[in-house]
Amino acid sequence: MKLLIKGGRLLDPANGIDDQRDLLIEEGIVVAVGNGLNADDAQVLDVSNRLVVPGLIDIHVHLREPGYEYKEDVLSGTRAAVAGGYTSVACMPNTDPINDNKSVTAYILQKAADAGLANVFPVGAISKGLKGESLAEMGELREAGCVAVSDDGRPVMDGEIMRRAMEYASTFGLPVISHAEDLTLVAGGVMNDSFVATELGLKGIPWVAEDAMVARDVMLAEFTGARLHIAHVSTRGAVEIIRAAQKRGVLVTAEATPHHFILTDEAVRGYNTNAKMNPPLRSADDLAAIREGLADGTIGVIATDHAPHHRDEKNVEFNIALNGIVGLETALPLTLKLVDEGVLTLGQAIDRLSSGPALALGLHRGQLTAGHVADITVIDLDARWTLDAGQLRSKSKNTPFAGWTFKGAVSHTLVAGQLVFDRLETGNP
Amino acid sequence: MTFGHKHILGMDQFSADDITRILDTADSFKEISTREIKKVPTLRGKTIINIFFEASTRTRASFEIAEKRLSADTLNISASTSALVKGETLEDTARNLEAMHPDIIVIRHGHSGAPHYLAERCNFSVVNAGDGAHEHPSQALLDLMTIREKKGTIGGLTVAIVGDIAHSRVARSNIIALNTMGARVRLAGPRTLLPTGAERLGAEIHTDMQSALEGADVVMMLRIQQERQGRTLLPSTREYSRFFGLNPNNLQLAKDDAIVMHPGPMNRGVEIASSVADGDRNVILDQVENGVAVRMALLYLISGGDKLAE
Amino acid sequence: MSPRETVILDQPAIGRALTRVAHEILEKNKGTRDVALIGIVRGGDHLARCLQKRIHEIEGVELPIGSIDITMYRDDLASRGSLPIGKTELLFPLENKNVVLVDDVLFTGRTIRAAMDALMDIGRPRSIQLAILIDRGHRELPIRPDFVGRNVPTATEEKILVRFDDNQQPVEVRVCKP
Repeated sequence: MKLLIKGGRLLDPANGIDDQRDLLIEEGIVVAVGNGLNADDAQVLDVSNRLVVPGLIDIHVHLREPGYEYKEDVLSGTRAAVAGGYTSVACMPNTDPINDNKSVTAYILQKAADAGLANVFPVGAISKGLKGESLAEMGELREAGCVAVSDDGRPVMDGEIMRRAMEYASTFGLPVISHAEDLTLVAGGVMNDSFVATELGLKGIPWVAEDAMVARDVMLAEFTGARLHIAHVSTRGAVEIIRAAQKRGVLVTAEATPHHFILTDEAVRGYNTNAKMNPPLRSADDLAAIREGLADGTIGVIATDHAPHHRDEKNVEFNIALNGIVGLETALPLTLKLVDEGVLTLGQAIDRLSSGPALALGLHRGQLTAGHVADITVIDLDARWTLDAGQLRSKSKNTPFAGWTFKGAVSHTLVAGQLVFDRLETGNP
Repeated sequence: MTFGHKHILGMDQFSADDITRILDTADSFKEISTREIKKVPTLRGKTIINIFFEASTRTRASFEIAEKRLSADTLNISASTSALVKGETLEDTARNLEAMHPDIIVIRHGHSGAPHYLAERCNFSVVNAGDGAHEHPSQALLDLMTIREKKGTIGGLTVAIVGDIAHSRVARSNIIALNTMGARVRLAGPRTLLPTGAERLGAEIHTDMQSALEGADVVMMLRIQQERQGRTLLPSTREYSRFFGLNPNNLQLAKDDAIVMHPGPMNRGVEIASSVADGDRNVILDQVENGVAVRMALLYLISGGDKLAE
Repeated sequence: MSPRETVILDQPAIGRALTRVAHEILEKNKGTRDVALIGIVRGGDHLARCLQKRIHEIEGVELPIGSIDITMYRDDLASRGSLPIGKTELLFPLENKNVVLVDDVLFTGRTIRAAMDALMDIGRPRSIQLAILIDRGHRELPIRPDFVGRNVPTATEEKILVRFDDNQQPVEVRVCKP
């Protein structure tokens, strides 16, 4: 079966293309890119006045299955993903049971195949049980389909374990994703350590808790030569440490979440538990540094840290509310805000959402030249819409962006040439 | 004249006029506690529930006396012993309370923001009797009442607050209230007990006791919560007492007519020397007495607070 | 003054009424023994002082005087809101006193009910009498004044305004039509 995507503006940052181009797809693969393509036997998708980009890739998602299906499962999570324009997601191992062995990886992949929506790339655990004590069986994890290892949700506090994890993971070509915080410096904090915390009487998490751990892990990557990816960068110091390391040639990449480049700790006022994250929302200066890092490429990846939680886990006192927000369905418009504000070019924005993440985890995706998998996102840049949290596809509705008005919406999402999301069909943005 | 406040959540909600009105009203109520029959029918038929998730003796007793002197029907729930709230979420507690149709809930809670949580979700008025390290507005108001009573005014005074500023809701509320009333506030303590961004609180920061006390009109000593110090904030109470305790010698640096305040309970020999605690400068029992009057005033004002008065 | 307002008593007329009330108080109590004046804040307290002065002029005796604020005893907190609370000043014991409660206008009787409750909470007077400058009718409680400056029949919706000058001396009484 053939599909002709016609009349759109193709933006493929990895290949420096930003022009009127049609795409011909056959058997899920892009077979031709050009102007005025025709194929009599192809189905035609008219995308005039739309932006056609490589399918978005979110390398930091919590799909919650197995174990926490009341928050999210692979089906609902990938449904949210394709509605947000994502064709691929990498899911973190802090499930129950934890994805520290091949059977859990296989289970997740089976669920993903059953759902038949987005590609799911599992991330395995660094340590057994995420305990930070002994290494997980990374070789088998990779064989089963894991694309990276991480103890996300908690840091590997023991330096020796992290060193050996990097050495061992690099044996199998797996990047190590670091959730970088020094728990001894976090010391029970629940938000950014700042004047806002002082005013609200909440215990703070100082920026040095992140910087200190990023510095250690970057140095370990330099020492071991392993490939390191720093998850959810939230501080100026972390951006600067990573930038300096990249200049020295250390194999370190980094991601930032939309909430860390859109919101500051001011959002916590009123004890808003949907502004409770880990790492916490930081200061305006940290936000500016993250934006600079995104613009100069120090931070090559925008990832959502999509963290669905049940209402009962958020509708409690701030101190005991769980960390995190859902992000899959808001990341694209929040990133486009940076384009509107002149922080990023449109090309940079799409790169950080597609080719950047593909590069960080070594996925053969994120570009649309002939021969590549036809994972494609079609965007209506002018669509204006207001977020109604109740309409989110995710099972959980924990978002601080409810009621926000956005410019730019996903109009179609195609995975391997199959239309998995069509905005007109669903009737809402 | 409307009071315009349905809840008492923190001092940041009040203007200087609001505070003056509360203190004036408290002055009027103070006389009732000196009568033979210490009761007026003002809040007859109103139901007030005191729900304390943290242990408290004096604040709870003070609220209860204030409620009884205003003839309200009161009920005490102690979260540590009551099956009503034990192990229950705050949301369920809120629903249960609401079903009892109280007019006012007085809440003390270990988590900052818990009173706000109730206020946002329920119909009754909420009075914050202390939340986490956030605010303790009735304590700040009784402190202001005592200062005004002893000094005639609040604006222009220099007030030194000494101790664990970082973890003290009393300090937080007092700093805001004293600033609103135009006092000069000094904060003193070791750096481990000063909060992040302390300088932005509108107060001078002192890390030595001498400069903090010099020329002060009011010295407010905070309780050192020994159980809260853990292993990192202070090496010992003995050293704390040497460098930040109030004693007859360093008190001489303050003005001759300076008053000494303490929210209680005191650690004698730690933050305050016994001779100072028992000395003629201290107004600690006035604070306790005024606490009842201030709480009567707050309960009275919010009871008619959202209605338009002629 | 708006056309809807009428002065019903001017200063001399108020003076004559108060003088008569002063005489009546003395007559009923057979002199000044154990008599005390207590004015209801605000208005009644000013009039109580006028009566005290007149009785002093007549008998040469200065009666004990006090004021009572009844805000805490009102039954309309919910509908009127939290009114400012005035000062209650009673510097003499009420025990065995024949208290003359003084107010400017008697209307529904609820203020007097509240004032009597307040007095009873403070002490145990031998008797309570009621002196009023204007009785405008429309009682809602079984309360009857002992001494009346002037009876003024009114409609419910009208208002009676007793104006005082800066020295708290009564200057005129007006009826205001709505």
